[in-house]
Amino acid sequence: MATRQTQFLARSLLTPAVGLLFIWMIVPLALTIYFSTLRYSLLDPGSEEFVGLDNFRYFLTDPAFLASLQNTLVLVGSVLALTILLGIPLALLLDQPVIGRNIVRLMVIAPFFVMPTVSALVWKNLLMHPVSGLFAWLASLVGLTPIDWFNDVPLFSVILIVAWQWLPFATLILLTALQSLDEEQKEAAEMDGASAVSTFIYITLPHLARPITVVILIETIFLLTVFAEIFVTTGGGPGLQTTNIAFLIYSQALIQFDVGSASAGGLVAVVIANIVAFFLVRIVGRNLEA
Amino acid sequence: MARMATTRRVAVSTIAAWLCGFLIFFPILWMVLASFKTELEAFAVPPSFLFFHWTTENYATVQERSDYFHHALNSIIIAGGSTLIALLIAIPAAWSMAFSPTKRTKDILLWMLSTKMMPPVGVLVPIYLIFKTVGLLDSRIGLVFILCLGNLPIVIWMLFTYFKEIPRDILEAARMDGATVGRELVYVLTPMAIPGLASTLLLNLILAWNEAFWTLNLSTSNAAPLTVFIASYSSPEGLFWAKLSAASTLAIAPILVLGWFSQKQLVRGLTFGAVK
Repeated sequence: MATRQTQFLARSLLTPAVGLLFIWMIVPLALTIYFSTLRYSLLDPGSEEFVGLDNFRYFLTDPAFLASLQNTLVLVGSVLALTILLGIPLALLLDQPVIGRNIVRLMVIAPFFVMPTVSALVWKNLLMHPVSGLFAWLASLVGLTPIDWFNDVPLFSVILIVAWQWLPFATLILLTALQSLDEEQKEAAEMDGASAVSTFIYITLPHLARPITVVILIETIFLLTVFAEIFVTTGGGPGLQTTNIAFLIYSQALIQFDVGSASAGGLVAVVIANIVAFFLVRIVGRNLEA
Repeated sequence: MARMATTRRVAVSTIAAWLCGFLIFFPILWMVLASFKTELEAFAVPPSFLFFHWTTENYATVQERSDYFHHALNSIIIAGGSTLIALLIAIPAAWSMAFSPTKRTKDILLWMLSTKMMPPVGVLVPIYLIFKTVGLLDSRIGLVFILCLGNLPIVIWMLFTYFKEIPRDILEAARMDGATVGRELVYVLTPMAIPGLASTLLLNLILAWNEAFWTLNLSTSNAAPLTVFIASYSSPEGLFWAKLSAASTLAIAPILVLGWFSQKQLVRGLTFGAVK
């Protein structure tokens, strides 16, 4: 009797959350699917008509799509590579006996808490400005020609900013994982005469495999939809050089007011994200068993 | 001999770590310094590092000219409101899954996680049109609602992992003593869950405060939080660097402090318990 009551209570406590998330997931998605089959422009309301898969054909064959897909992949790939390749040595360093480690930790983690619009604008103006930015001054000190970051290497500039924001995340997670590494195992390896390098390769790195995977998957999910950094720095340009999928869909929807095509693009983004999500959910799910 | 080697090792790693930390932190430091310069000095080449005319006038101007506190208040209401509502919905759900798990609990949790994987841009169009139709564009309520739903999966997950760590024996003891479910929740579980609740609250506040996709797309002025207000400085004028820096410093200072307190929970919350 009591258990049945408890079960009923448990279920009714769970229902609001499940219901809300279900609506949140299903209603907009259903609308996106519906809109993606219409010719629908906000500039010309009332003229909606069913066009089947035309929007997809239009979106997928649009040269802007291929360009933005490529930019998205380059952005995600570069930021992942930078944050992990810099994050591993940084985490190893912070795992060493360091005087004032807590303060260093605070400095390293800080960029993660800076809102994207602030980091993007501070980098764009104070650091990367071709005349008055600090980088330009540094370049002139060593006799180099200052780079006009957002004109010469726009995508790379965005990558630098986003990597700066995500490096703390990767470092912090890898550091947390390092600190749970069994010290005895490392000491035993050292006793057996293993060099620092082989200890790293055979003990530390395998231990980091899972956290690295987690970092890759979680960062990918967020990096696939980088938006604010592009919005305030380049607006997708020059040309399409910094337009990623998220920004392309935004500009089709809210600048060109082409609801149908933007919806088709939105579904493409959902499919790409789902491929990543599939793997992440499996890893997290496995952890749930333990 | 060994001691000397250790001392040297500590010295080397200390210097290297401080150098890295300083480099990573530098853009923030540089911004804070610029906020105390005059516009001319902020823009000057070569830049001055410490020996400039320190002034706080930018902070005053930012408020006077742009109604800074209006946007700060929006940020507080949107981040705070969405976090509180998410907690109210999530606490019962996480409690129920942690203490009365069924066969489907794992599936439900993973399904909730998967809703967080949906790229917001995939549903931008319908959300924008719904908001437009019902008049929620540029409204705080609309943003509270969206950010609350967006972060709900993370909140439930975090709470779930914390609740699961509360020893069940205590519950059984309370039940033996004849405590009802309601009393169990109020007198036994809540006190034990407070640390977890606090960290969840903190992390979610940070995420909501910094959220810059929905806020940029769904608000312009009335409901615009600080993310949107700062974005309004993106016009190419170089002459507002000091003011941009002052506004930015104010916008990130509170969250930086909160963030530093919650760094341990951050890992757990953002990896859905996969790394602790």
